[in-house]
Amino acid sequence: MGNPSKPREIRLSTTPTPEALAELKLGDIVYLDGLIYTAREGVYMRALEQNANIPMELPAESAANFHCSPAAAINPDGSYNMGAVTATASFRFSKWIGEWMAKSGAKLIIGKGGMSVKDYKEHFVPNGAIYLTTVGYGTGALLGRGVKRVKTVHWNEELGLAQAMWVLEAEKMGPFIVESDLAGNSLFERENEKISANLAKVYEGTKPAVLKRFGETDDRSDELIG
Amino acid sequence: MISLDLIQETAEILMDKAAIEIPEDYLGGLRVAAKVEDGDLSSFVLNAMLENYKAAKEDRRAMCGDTGTPRWYVKMGNETQIEGGPIALEAALRRATANATNGVPLRPNRVHPLWRTDHNNNVGIGAPEIEYGYEPGGEWIDLITVHKGGLFGTDYRMLFPSDGIQGIKRFYLDSLVAFGKRGLACQPAIIGIGLGGCKDTCMVLGKRAACLRVVGSRNPDPKIAELELEMKELGNSIGMGAMGFVGKSMVIDANIEVGYCHTGGMQMSVHAFCLSSRRAVARVYPDGRVEYRTDPDWFTDYQRRETVEWEIPQSHEKSA
Repeated sequence: MGNPSKPREIRLSTTPTPEALAELKLGDIVYLDGLIYTAREGVYMRALEQNANIPMELPAESAANFHCSPAAAINPDGSYNMGAVTATASFRFSKWIGEWMAKSGAKLIIGKGGMSVKDYKEHFVPNGAIYLTTVGYGTGALLGRGVKRVKTVHWNEELGLAQAMWVLEAEKMGPFIVESDLAGNSLFERENEKISANLAKVYEGTKPAVLKRFGETDDRSDELIG
Repeated sequence: MISLDLIQETAEILMDKAAIEIPEDYLGGLRVAAKVEDGDLSSFVLNAMLENYKAAKEDRRAMCGDTGTPRWYVKMGNETQIEGGPIALEAALRRATANATNGVPLRPNRVHPLWRTDHNNNVGIGAPEIEYGYEPGGEWIDLITVHKGGLFGTDYRMLFPSDGIQGIKRFYLDSLVAFGKRGLACQPAIIGIGLGGCKDTCMVLGKRAACLRVVGSRNPDPKIAELELEMKELGNSIGMGAMGFVGKSMVIDANIEVGYCHTGGMQMSVHAFCLSSRRAVARVYPDGRVEYRTDPDWFTDYQRRETVEWEIPQSHEKSA
């Protein structure tokens, strides 16, 4: 039977001070207060490749970029029906993240699965930013509860509901887990290293396929994102 | 004759149930995993998921913000008649999908692969998928909706007889480790394994094994049933848990389905359902009765038949 210890829980503003960010350790549980906005490939392409003006004051209004599309609908009267909120995998946004941080001043990147240590060192550390991962994945109902209201939705007509820029008022929204710190260390990579140490034993009694595939590696400690 | 309005109304309720209510069999499996788990972070994640299922039900909101790609499995008895015929049935399921997307609400996930056009209702070219099965006897229709997550946890490989069980285990572990890192597969999950068939049917078998069989069900072939248990244990021995953190819970159950294949090959597919395992089922009768359940009961003896003819067992004919 398991008897695991409980991780530390912290409340954090979505416009956090450098001191508050420096306090955070890998594996801490974070709950957010303040405005949070969704931005993923649609917003990045529109803002960075088509140079559209970002329709918010960033980072004054919010320094928290959520890689997410909510399960939500806009009612005919213009009000919002907000259901569940869950992140999408962040590694796919690597090509835009540096430029986005420079432009938006984002200090908190929130998503699924983290990004590579290379991204952390190259883009997050110089910008004083950290990565928070959602939990599960799929604590969408809990995160939905933490959204006090939808403030507004930008670029819905241009990008559609799933890619639009949703601006959400968060109140004790969470849980999130601290995946990267200000030095650019990664919780996922730390865990992957521990797990890799055991893999040779797990693979005993198996054998490689008789027909190989392009790009095949037998080094299972390899990171696959990036 | 089964009323079309009743089919659409039932289908909309099913869309809602699938998105919001975690099926009992999976919930039971996850509770067991949460008790056994001793990794600090993995354990925190599993307990957060258990809270999340409760919150979803209390608030009637979707469990997960990524509500997957809704699809339909439809099964009918040999005597079933639908008001308006099969075209009307498909229209009713497409309407139910679109209405529920706005009603629940679900995330409008479905877009054109190149132009990224989003109809904001999860309906488009080939979406939702509607697949059919038939059973001897019976006048009912089973409506099964599955909202499987779309991006990670699934792979296919052409293996050969000389790869053997050792090769099957290798590809299984490769799939779990690769997609389990950083928790991309949203594990622990029900893992479906398809063996044999052709490439397309191998994928179909594996997907159905993951999505249409419940936790604790076993393949009727005793040797395959044994292999299922072995695969479950193997997956949980990797040392990886929820979100790819150090832990013990990777697989809630492993289900294997097989199909006859080319004599030179041994096709294999691996599919991970997810922490939300969204499926909901209803049987609709011509007299207007509707029975809701969470076990699709897809893989009957008839679906797995291997002979030319099929003799309807006496008891089967009556009860079906």
